[in-house]
Amino acid sequence: MTTAAKIPSTESSSHPRSNSGGFDVEKIRRDFPILARDVRGKKLVYLDNAATSQKPRAVIDAITRYYEQENANIHRGVHFLSELATSKHDRARQAVRGFINAGDVKELIFVRGTTEAINLVAQTYGRVNVASGDEVLITAMEHHSNIVPWQILCDEKGAKLRVAPINDAGDLILDEFAKLLGPRTKIAAVAHVSNALGTVNPIREIVQLAHQKNIPVLVDGAQAVPHMKVDVQALDCDFYTLSSHKMFGPMGIGVLYGKAHLLEAMPPYQGGGDMISSVTFEKTTYNKLPFKFEAGTPDVAGAIGLGAAIAYLNAIGIDKIAKYEHEVVNYATEKLSALPGVRLIGTAKERAGVVSFVIENVHPHDVGTILDQEGIAIRTGHHCAQPIMQRFGIPATARASFAFYNTKDEVDALVNGIIKVQEVFA
Amino acid sequence: MPDLRDLYQEVILEHSKAPRNFHELAHSNQKAEGFNPLCGDHFTVYVNVDGDSIQDIGFQGSGCAISKASASMMTQAVKGKSKAEAKGLFDTFHKLVTTGEANGDRDDLGKLAVFSGVSEFPVRVKCATLAWHTLQAALEGKQEKISTE
Repeated sequence: MTTAAKIPSTESSSHPRSNSGGFDVEKIRRDFPILARDVRGKKLVYLDNAATSQKPRAVIDAITRYYEQENANIHRGVHFLSELATSKHDRARQAVRGFINAGDVKELIFVRGTTEAINLVAQTYGRVNVASGDEVLITAMEHHSNIVPWQILCDEKGAKLRVAPINDAGDLILDEFAKLLGPRTKIAAVAHVSNALGTVNPIREIVQLAHQKNIPVLVDGAQAVPHMKVDVQALDCDFYTLSSHKMFGPMGIGVLYGKAHLLEAMPPYQGGGDMISSVTFEKTTYNKLPFKFEAGTPDVAGAIGLGAAIAYLNAIGIDKIAKYEHEVVNYATEKLSALPGVRLIGTAKERAGVVSFVIENVHPHDVGTILDQEGIAIRTGHHCAQPIMQRFGIPATARASFAFYNTKDEVDALVNGIIKVQEVFA
Repeated sequence: MPDLRDLYQEVILEHSKAPRNFHELAHSNQKAEGFNPLCGDHFTVYVNVDGDSIQDIGFQGSGCAISKASASMMTQAVKGKSKAEAKGLFDTFHKLVTTGEANGDRDDLGKLAVFSGVSEFPVRVKCATLAWHTLQAALEGKQEKISTE
C-alpha cells in the first residue's frame, strides 16, 4: 500500500477543508448541480436557503425517473405502473414518518406546503373548535403563513388572535406566553425556528405549558427540519408542518403531521376523489386517514422527490449536518458582528440557519443588489414577517440563510461583499 | 453585464444621502402615500397646486437609495411645472428606466437621465418610479395608498 501524495488544493481557501466527523462539504457540494454554476460572471454563493433550498442530484433524478419510467395515477389502477406509483408514494410517506418520528403513517397528510398545512388546521380543527369569544395564541415572530390563516378564522368566528411578545434579542418571552394561555385559548401556533431571526423556540416547554391547560399546539417546522433532528413524539406537539422545498426536496409538496385522535375528529378540508370511501347523492362516507384529507390526484412526483431528499439527508446524517451548519452560522455571526456599521437583527440564545442584518445608512434593498453583482444571493425585505420588522423598528433586513453545503469561504465572500456595499455608500 | 456604477451614480448617491425638499409641506393642498410592499419603501408626497401649476412640492418617508434619490430629483424636476408637463416627464422617465432609452425626449429629462442605469436592474424599476406614481396620485387627488404591487 502506498501513501497517497498530498495534492495541493487547486482552490484558494483560507479555511482548511472541514472533514470533521466525516463531513466533506466539497463532496456534498458536488451533489448539487446548481452550485457549480456562475452568476453574473462570478461563482454562485447561494445564501437564500430559508427562501428555498437547492436540490441534490438524487432528488432531481428521482423525479425524472418517475416521469420517464413510473408515471401513473395512484390508488385506482390494477395495472403495473399504477401499483408501482402507489407503492412509491406510500414509501415516501414512510420516509417522512421515520424522518420526524411520527407514530403512524396515517398521521401524515401530504399537502402543498406549510402554508396549506396551517390553513388546513385552521379551517378544519379551528372551524369546529373555535367559537365567538375564544382565542388563538401565536407569537410575535411568526411568518405571515402562521398569522393570516388564524386571522381569517378569528374574523369568521368572532374570536381573538393573541400574540406572545419577543424580547430585543428575538427570544420568545416564555412567561408572557404562559400568561396568555387562558381559559378561552383553543389552540396555540408557534414557529419551531423563525425564518426572519433564526430563533429556535423551546417547543418542548411550550407544549408542556399549553398541555397543562389542555390546549393543543401547532408547530410550524418549515425552517427547522432542514437544520436539526425533529422528533414529533418527543416534542409531543399536536400538529407539525413542513415544506419539502426548504429541505432539499421539490417545490409544491409538504406535510401536515397531526395526532391521530385529532385528525380523526376533524372534518375534511377539501372534497373530491380519493378522500371518500363511498358516495351517493344522499350521503358520502369519508375515507380513513390520511386519505380523508387528500382530495384529488396528489403530487406523486413531489412525494417521491421528498422521499429522495429524506434518503439523501439520512445518508449524510442530520446530526452531522446540524453540527457542521452550526459552525458555519457561528462563523458568520462572529464575522458579521465584527464589521463596523453592521447590526445583527436576531441574537437569540439558540439560532439555526439564519443571520439577519442591517447596514448603517444603507437600505437592505441596495445591499441585495450590490451583493447580487458579486454572485451572492441573499434575501432582502420583510421576509413575510412584517410584524417582526415593526417590532425592531426597521423597514426590512438583509438575510443570509445557510444550508449544509455552504462554506466558511462563502461567509468570507459575504463579508467582502458587505465591505464593497459600504465602499459604494461611503 | 450590468455595472453597479451605472446604477449607483454619484448624483444618485448624493441625493439619497441628502435628499432635497425632504419635508412635509406646510401649505400643501394635495398629498398621497406610496408604498412598495416588496422592500418596504414608503413615501408621502405633498404638493401645493395652484390651478394647473405645481407651486411647491415636498416628500417624506424611507426607502432605498434609488427610491429616495428618485423622489428627491423628481421634486426638483417638477417644481413650477404644469400637471401635464409633470405627467409627460413621468412618461419619459418611465421609458428611460424600463428601456434605457428616451428617444428624442432625453433632453427634457435633464439630470434625471442619470437613472438610465436602472433599466439594467429590472427589479429596481419599482424603486425608481415609486415617488412618481405617488405624485401622480397626489395630482389626481386619489385618496387610497398607492402600491407598486
